[in-house]
Amino acid sequence: MEWETVIGLETHVELATRTKIFCSCTTEFGGAANTHCCPVCTGMPGTLPVLNKKVLEYAVKTSLALNCEVTRYSKFDRKNYFYPDLPKAYQISQLYLPIGRDGKVPIKVGSEEKVIRIHELHMEEDAGKLVHDNWIDQTRADYNRCGVPLVEIVTEPDFRTADEVIAYLEKLRSTLTYLGVSDCKMQEGSLRCDVNLSVRPKGSSEFGTRTEMKNLNSFKAIARAIRYEARRQQELIELDHKRVIQETRRWDENKDASFSMRSKENAQDYRYFPEPDIPPVELSESYLSEVKAGLPEMAEAKQARYISAFGLPAYDAGLLTETRELADFFEETVALGADPKETAHWIMADLLRLLKEQGLEVKEMLFAPETLAAIIQMVADGKLNRGTASKVFEAVFAENADPVAYVKEHGLEQIQDTGLVESTVADILAANPGQVTEYRAGKEKLFGFFVGQCMRALRGKADPKAVNEVLKKQLKG
Amino acid sequence: MSLLDLTALELGAKIKAGEVSVPEATRAALDAIEAKNAENNAFITVLNDRAMAQAEEIQKKISRGELTSPLAGVPLAIKDNICTKGVKTTCASKILGDFTPPYDATLTERINAIGGVVLGKLNMDEFAMGSTSETSFYGPTRNPWDLSRVPGGSSGGAAAAVAARECWYAIGSDTGGSIRQPASYCGVTGIKPTYGTVSRYGLIAYASSLDQIGPLARTAEDCAAVLDAIQGKDPRDGTSLDVPAGGLLAGLTGDLTGMRIGIPTDCFGQGLDSQVREKVLAAAEVLTSRGAVAEECSLPIMEYVVPAYYIIAAAEASSNLSRFDGVKYGWRAEGYADLTDLYNKTRTQGFGTEVKRRILLGTFVLSSGYYDAYYRKALQVKAVIKSAFDRAFERYDLLLMPTAPAPAPRLGESLSDPLQMYLSDIYTVSVNLAGLPGISLPCGLSADGLPIGAQLVGPALGERNVLSAAHAYQQVTDWHTLAPAENGGAE
Amino acid sequence: MNITPELVDYVSVLSRLKLEPAEKARMTGELEQIIGYMDILNQLDTTDIEPMSHTFPVKNVLRADEVAPSFPRAELLSGAPVPDDEAFLVPKTVE
Repeated sequence: MEWETVIGLETHVELATRTKIFCSCTTEFGGAANTHCCPVCTGMPGTLPVLNKKVLEYAVKTSLALNCEVTRYSKFDRKNYFYPDLPKAYQISQLYLPIGRDGKVPIKVGSEEKVIRIHELHMEEDAGKLVHDNWIDQTRADYNRCGVPLVEIVTEPDFRTADEVIAYLEKLRSTLTYLGVSDCKMQEGSLRCDVNLSVRPKGSSEFGTRTEMKNLNSFKAIARAIRYEARRQQELIELDHKRVIQETRRWDENKDASFSMRSKENAQDYRYFPEPDIPPVELSESYLSEVKAGLPEMAEAKQARYISAFGLPAYDAGLLTETRELADFFEETVALGADPKETAHWIMADLLRLLKEQGLEVKEMLFAPETLAAIIQMVADGKLNRGTASKVFEAVFAENADPVAYVKEHGLEQIQDTGLVESTVADILAANPGQVTEYRAGKEKLFGFFVGQCMRALRGKADPKAVNEVLKKQLKG
Repeated sequence: MSLLDLTALELGAKIKAGEVSVPEATRAALDAIEAKNAENNAFITVLNDRAMAQAEEIQKKISRGELTSPLAGVPLAIKDNICTKGVKTTCASKILGDFTPPYDATLTERINAIGGVVLGKLNMDEFAMGSTSETSFYGPTRNPWDLSRVPGGSSGGAAAAVAARECWYAIGSDTGGSIRQPASYCGVTGIKPTYGTVSRYGLIAYASSLDQIGPLARTAEDCAAVLDAIQGKDPRDGTSLDVPAGGLLAGLTGDLTGMRIGIPTDCFGQGLDSQVREKVLAAAEVLTSRGAVAEECSLPIMEYVVPAYYIIAAAEASSNLSRFDGVKYGWRAEGYADLTDLYNKTRTQGFGTEVKRRILLGTFVLSSGYYDAYYRKALQVKAVIKSAFDRAFERYDLLLMPTAPAPAPRLGESLSDPLQMYLSDIYTVSVNLAGLPGISLPCGLSADGLPIGAQLVGPALGERNVLSAAHAYQQVTDWHTLAPAENGGAE
Repeated sequence: MNITPELVDYVSVLSRLKLEPAEKARMTGELEQIIGYMDILNQLDTTDIEPMSHTFPVKNVLRADEVAPSFPRAELLSGAPVPDDEAFLVPKTVE
């Protein structure tokens, strides 16, 4: 029988606010255990939550960018369950009136286009971290992460393959980082994904029983876990003639397998009810249009513009818009007067290579658009040849040194003096009479030899084009 | 006349005038507590040395002119569900027996700011759940008017301490009548202000949408002065209202000319003690004599208020009390096998029966399959109750009703029948559901010499009228000045 | 509404309470009585009435996203029944 996999995703995204969702503690990642905490986020008796303005703004931005209906009158609810990473024994979340609903995310897998529907997007608080200490055989509860703001984005069961899931997540990551609402680092847990998966005979319109997989820490793990779970369910039904049990499963990356997380006390009855401590949120039209107006241009819109306005190839436009920081760097350089195609070339050939070599991200580098623009300008003015410029780029990159000063200091300016070029060429020809005779007899590949000799004598500072012309002229005799 | 017979404002004036020093007043109160706490058990914690040290400090500030509140230097006591930094805050529960908060409630900060000397922490029903102050892990509080009777609850310690002249005023909390009902049982004046006017930050939550902090004192004037000090917007409490605070004391004129008072007949029917009916209706006549216009009206919701209240309060309580699990603070059971066992043992042994009953009830009404029938339904009934009050306040400035159906019962009478105990909250809980201000003031004694309270309820933010009417009443009556005899009974 | 011992067990597990048999038996009866009384609400027709969770029309109470110093860790841990120097301790919880 042919099977079809049906997948829905629940993605938790940590918002890049400075403070937690309900208190003024920092959201900074890491830090010694329980040092980013206060009575509010450790659930001390009598303390109360107050909503962070920025969390609301980011959640609304995200809802808009994912084409959701933004809920004008939204509320928080309590989700009640006992676990030591949740100090209040309830998580403040949104069930009845989430901030965003009915969104759409277009994705592309190869040449196939598809729309993933977003069921809802809601705000909630993150839980703490539990670390077991084998030495004392106790588990330590660290509440630094408690209250870090999250949005949870829930899709409809619209995915059929792991590739679609990855395409969606890449799109989501691009959108969220463009918005600046999250850094989406899976390794730090700021983007976390639970996979709901079921299988059914192809052509069937009914859903099979689904499982939920957790602990997926990379795109690679997600793709592997999806393939594993689809196969496990198919084999369970086809080979063992058993039913799939609705359960939560934990992905074990080392074992390359998922395991049931069943527990006897795991009655799933969260007793949601409206959070009495947080007044409702009502969004005005003016607030929404203000947020809408503040939305940045997204990657796809930028690509289209780069192609049409700058005449860049689609491939280049795609590369330049991979992150917002890179696109911003490109646009700022162009805004300083640099030629767009030249700028694109420098970024793709030199900048990305250096970043990769030095293990840096765009936002971490010191190198500024002004510096690149100055280099491009010197080349355009004929003050620097392309080869030397590349060396200058490399030299000034790390510290963002002044390229003009660097060129001057190292005497790298291109020789503008035609007399000097002509006399150098004459000297070289005079010094190599044998090669001149051979060339003139038809051994034309010696031309490169002459160019090399001349450039070396001019210490690389001459315009190779000018050297070529003079050489040709003098060799003709 | 002893210092302790003064009202809070009278003592404040004498302190200001330099006739009485703050340490002197504090010493007098601590001596009274020393003498009386063994019999009435109003206090869980008495801060002897700390209070004296605080008194010295405050006296210096007053002498330097740094404290100007009319209550500066006046000693008080605080219910043990309001956090006091460095001072044990137990909620009268075993599970918080060792809890010393490292932070102050906003209330505590405001009391510190006006120069209040904190004498100690007051007994109460465990987690404010009860109407008798008998569910305290630290033993019941007894009614100073008759030590065989309960002081009411849950702010029973507060009412008893004020009635027994152990302090000049007390801070309580009221979720379904917990200030007003003990005030009525103990013959003192207590007001639950409009929901959101006093910050709840640091008040250990029972039912967050209903809890409100307020004062218990001898007089409406004293209550007004305390509210002036403690009301106001708090950025740490999202439900606190952004309305102008203060000016209540200054606004008490005693003139009730033209004030319209409704007397809901629904509150004077079956189940009301005839002496209570008589005394409360007599209070209406006093108010009329001061210029108010009183007439009968209808409030057709009374049979629904108790079930709606207990569903909502228990639901919120079940969630609010989940954090007490033996991990972060408070008491942890011994001999647990694993995490779940730790939770089960700590909570089962750490909470008393009434608290467990309400947690189970609240969990039930929120659980899958019952939410709509009970919790959601109760929220709809709450809306009906609110609009019934709204309609009444279109025609009246205040409503007058009993605070409790009968005077204080004997110890042990109520706990045997929880439903009966819940039903005795019938006159107070609706005021919390609608978020309104309500005051209980002494309006007479029963044949047994037990205090009876009348309740005045105003529209949201109608504290000024509520207090004015109570003050006008107290200007021409002396029920509020009666003190229990040292051996129990009226003096 | 008939409150069965099974229902009390279910609610007890959710509440992390484990009652002794005698306490459970008494509680079952009391809850049945109380919940039975609450059914009186069904006499009130509330069709089309919006459930009221917040009594006052307070809304949009928001805090600026500005960091304040966190609390001294030692004070946060000071009330914990079983802490060490840096964390709250619980019996083995993670695999």
